[in-house]
Amino acid sequence: MLFLLMYLFIDLDASKIEGSQATAKQAAELLRSVISQQRLPQTHQATALISAVRAVGEKLIAANPVELAVGNIVRRVLHIIREEDLSLATAAIDGLELSAVSDDEDDVERDDYPVLSAAAVAAAARSTLRPPSLQTLLEDTPISAAIPHTSSSGGDSEGKSRSVDKSSRGRKLKHDVIEAVNELIQDISTCYEQIAEQAVEHIHQNEVILTLGSSKTVLEFLCAAKEKKRSFKVFVAEGAPRYQGHLLAKELAARGLQTTVITDSAVFAMISRVNMVIVGAHAVMANGGVIAPVGLNMVALAAQRHAVPFVVLAGSHKLCPLYPHNPEVLLNELRSPSELLDFGEFSDCMDSASGGSLHVVNPTFDYVPPKLVSLFITDTGGHNPSYMYRLIADYYSADDLVVKRRPATTS
Amino acid sequence: MDARRPPRAVIDPKVRTVGFFTPPDPIQFDSNSLSPVMIPPPCHSSENLDLHSPPSVTPPSGDESVSVTGSYNGSSSELFPAPMSPALSQKIVAGDGGVGGGIVASSFPRGGGVPVCKLTTVSVVNTDSFAFDERDKPNKGGGSSMEVKDQAMNSKQKNEKSSKAERRALQEAQRAAKAEGNKATGTVTSGNLKSAKATKPPQKVDNTSVAASEKKGVDRPSEKDRKKDVPHPRMQYDDKSRVEKAKRRAVVNHTESRNRVELFRHLPQYEHGSQLPDLEAKFFQLEPVHPSVYKVGLQYLSGDISGGNARCIAMLQAFQDAIKDYTVPPEKTLVRDLTAKISSYVSFLIECRPLSISMGNAIRFLKSQIAKLPLTLSESESKTSLQSDIERFIYEKIILADKVIVEHAVTKIRDGDVLLTYGSSSAVEMILLRAHELGKQFQVVVVDSRPSLKGKLLLRRLVEKGLTCTYTHINAVSFIMHEVTRVFLGASSVLSNGTVYSGVGTASVAMVAHAFHVPVIVCCEAFKFHERVQLDSICSNELGDPDVISKVSGRGDVNHLDAWANAENLQLLNLIYDATPSDYVSIIVTDYGMIPPTSVPVVVREYSREQVWI
Repeated sequence: MLFLLMYLFIDLDASKIEGSQATAKQAAELLRSVISQQRLPQTHQATALISAVRAVGEKLIAANPVELAVGNIVRRVLHIIREEDLSLATAAIDGLELSAVSDDEDDVERDDYPVLSAAAVAAAARSTLRPPSLQTLLEDTPISAAIPHTSSSGGDSEGKSRSVDKSSRGRKLKHDVIEAVNELIQDISTCYEQIAEQAVEHIHQNEVILTLGSSKTVLEFLCAAKEKKRSFKVFVAEGAPRYQGHLLAKELAARGLQTTVITDSAVFAMISRVNMVIVGAHAVMANGGVIAPVGLNMVALAAQRHAVPFVVLAGSHKLCPLYPHNPEVLLNELRSPSELLDFGEFSDCMDSASGGSLHVVNPTFDYVPPKLVSLFITDTGGHNPSYMYRLIADYYSADDLVVKRRPATTS
Repeated sequence: MDARRPPRAVIDPKVRTVGFFTPPDPIQFDSNSLSPVMIPPPCHSSENLDLHSPPSVTPPSGDESVSVTGSYNGSSSELFPAPMSPALSQKIVAGDGGVGGGIVASSFPRGGGVPVCKLTTVSVVNTDSFAFDERDKPNKGGGSSMEVKDQAMNSKQKNEKSSKAERRALQEAQRAAKAEGNKATGTVTSGNLKSAKATKPPQKVDNTSVAASEKKGVDRPSEKDRKKDVPHPRMQYDDKSRVEKAKRRAVVNHTESRNRVELFRHLPQYEHGSQLPDLEAKFFQLEPVHPSVYKVGLQYLSGDISGGNARCIAMLQAFQDAIKDYTVPPEKTLVRDLTAKISSYVSFLIECRPLSISMGNAIRFLKSQIAKLPLTLSESESKTSLQSDIERFIYEKIILADKVIVEHAVTKIRDGDVLLTYGSSSAVEMILLRAHELGKQFQVVVVDSRPSLKGKLLLRRLVEKGLTCTYTHINAVSFIMHEVTRVFLGASSVLSNGTVYSGVGTASVAMVAHAFHVPVIVCCEAFKFHERVQLDSICSNELGDPDVISKVSGRGDVNHLDAWANAENLQLLNLIYDATPSDYVSIIVTDYGMIPPTSVPVVVREYSREQVWI
């Protein structure tokens, strides 16, 4: 496990992993192995798991704080642990309550409850986050009432059944959590397909689409529309300084799409003939702002000027529960000047310079404010930027928003 | 304001007393007549005049006002009775109808209490003598223009020192009267006629609603002129028959590039690299092209000369050489033959690289100079006169203009500024260096973009001079814009709807600056202004070599597009220019001063006339 961990650290540091999807997947796999190797104590198993995950997560995030996907995955896993714990606890309490209310109930039925699929209960628990319907308001009071009891719930029950229950619950919890993390990994790797499925709804015949740089999500999205016999044209801005657009254009052309490569500077010139801008994102913040490859703010402004829809494709692992503050600086990364100027290119005038100096700025990301984004397409469908905070509430629990500080205060 | 308004309405007729204080005194008209040309100020200047003059001037000529207004009507015909052809007088009427509309028609006979009427009639009448000159050469400070300037200042000062102003006005009136006398002795030349015509278009532009009524007013020649002024539609390269014709004429052998972008079929797109050796081989066969023109053409083709000013100067100097070596063939006239010759050179240059708008303007100037050569001039005389004309054009319109621009723009740089510039503009470079010379403390951000990477050259020159520079690429412009306080941009041309036509990417930079509320200052010499209008960057543009996009200099790892021409669905597009909408531009610095983009059409009109009159 340590091996794997080191590996990921190194990768993150060197930014070797391309794309947040791969990073997210690796982080999830790493956390899964952390969970499976964690030895759980008899009591407070969930807390133990959470603190273990948190400790690793903190290191992962610190390895590359700009790679928000890692933090997202850590929070997602923490959330999963909490949910599974909650669902087990509620199931147990339900069982206890049932037994308390009706003593003559069979043990068989009591055992049935924990067997209830954790996912179903988790869904029920998640529903507490949703705006309560009239029915839940009227009928479902016990669930929300039960939540505060979870930690101490073990103590109420009978001594005999308690130990049995505990041990089974312990194994159950770990098992369930790993199951859920597996599901998460599955989700991450299939998010392309789920997003691409929606392509036909958004791309029509004879449209002209502009994109900048390269994103696997965008590639799959466009190709999915192409496979549905839609014929359209794509303008690809090359996306300095990495020029990933060349790669994307090559792929698209190979798949039979009419593709035109333009320079980044020509985006404004061309946008007046474009029907839709479709781009990938690095991360989506809770306010609906997007951390995106550099240059997209310019594209978004141009799109706004010409009233062209600006659509951002983002898998759910890119949804970040944080609100950005000065993201252009704080959530950015300055890359090597060698991408712009050759080594030693200006050394001659630097030597003789009479007080002149030269800086090279080469940022990696751009922040696109929510007002410039027309639509987010995630694996759960299309959403408005203003709705992102709500979507995010489904995936993360409020306790985990700050991963870093919690262990620092406890230790 | 309210306090000032009413008197104007009441005393309005008395203003005329100022104008007619000494009967043959058109200078007052002049100051008025100046106004309808400068579209927004007119009301103001007249208003000012109206405001200031009454208290001081009215008493002495209280009753005279009536008589003068009475004579006013007559004066329009009386002042220039003989020289005015019937057509001209008709034109005057037309002018009235054009601007004043119905009001004028009714008020004019009565002596006109409505200021608008006064303005318009006056403008038409006076163009014959003064208005034209002074508007034409605002910066040349000819006698009359100075007077008018004084007048304008005067009217402002009148508020405080009415007596002084009065004296001044008198003086000027006398001076003007003298000038008037001079002019009046000479018959109205065709030039005057033209000037009268030339003042028309603005009026028409001003209120199109009245345009119809003006048309009725028999304005044939000016109408024709105006039609001539409208830029020719450009060659559309998707028009097959015309392209065929052009090909037959062509000297340069073009191979059309494959994988053309559908959207740009109307622009010429050729495979680069093939023409150069071809042309070189043809050097001795191409008899008609003068060697220096040929050389310049090759330099365009290879990209050795780039940048609006450099290209323009190179072309003009080549033409100068050509004219020097030119001899009129027997049984031909210089004017016609030389014009044809220049045209053939120009079409050769176009084949090497499409002309920039500034070059088009320069060629137009040269041709008009040739056409205007008096027939009496001998061959050698006309050749030297043309050469000196070209010399003067280069000096006045480019070199001197840049100096003026630099002096203007430097005032906009303060200590502590962070100035952003895009690409490489010679004017901006001069401004930055000048500001540095003056000891201003500022930083420069040079934004660059592929494929030309001209910013690198600028950066090198700036760093060598000791400026503090930051270099970045165009995608990062919204990252760096937070720190920037001013954006200086160069322009290839400024079109008459205020659109700035410039190197591709300029629009993006201006847009981001606009979004971040950073002022955008465009520096452009007035000879690059053009009356064409354009809304987007697609209808008219230039396509560069698409191959340069596939290769990224200094980045061997980016080689995905090496064999792009073989992929049938893949095209590369290398645009050269784009059009920046005028609302992104805060100010345009020209040799005529600093103007808002909305004033571009004014400069275009004034300037193009000056070009004819130079």
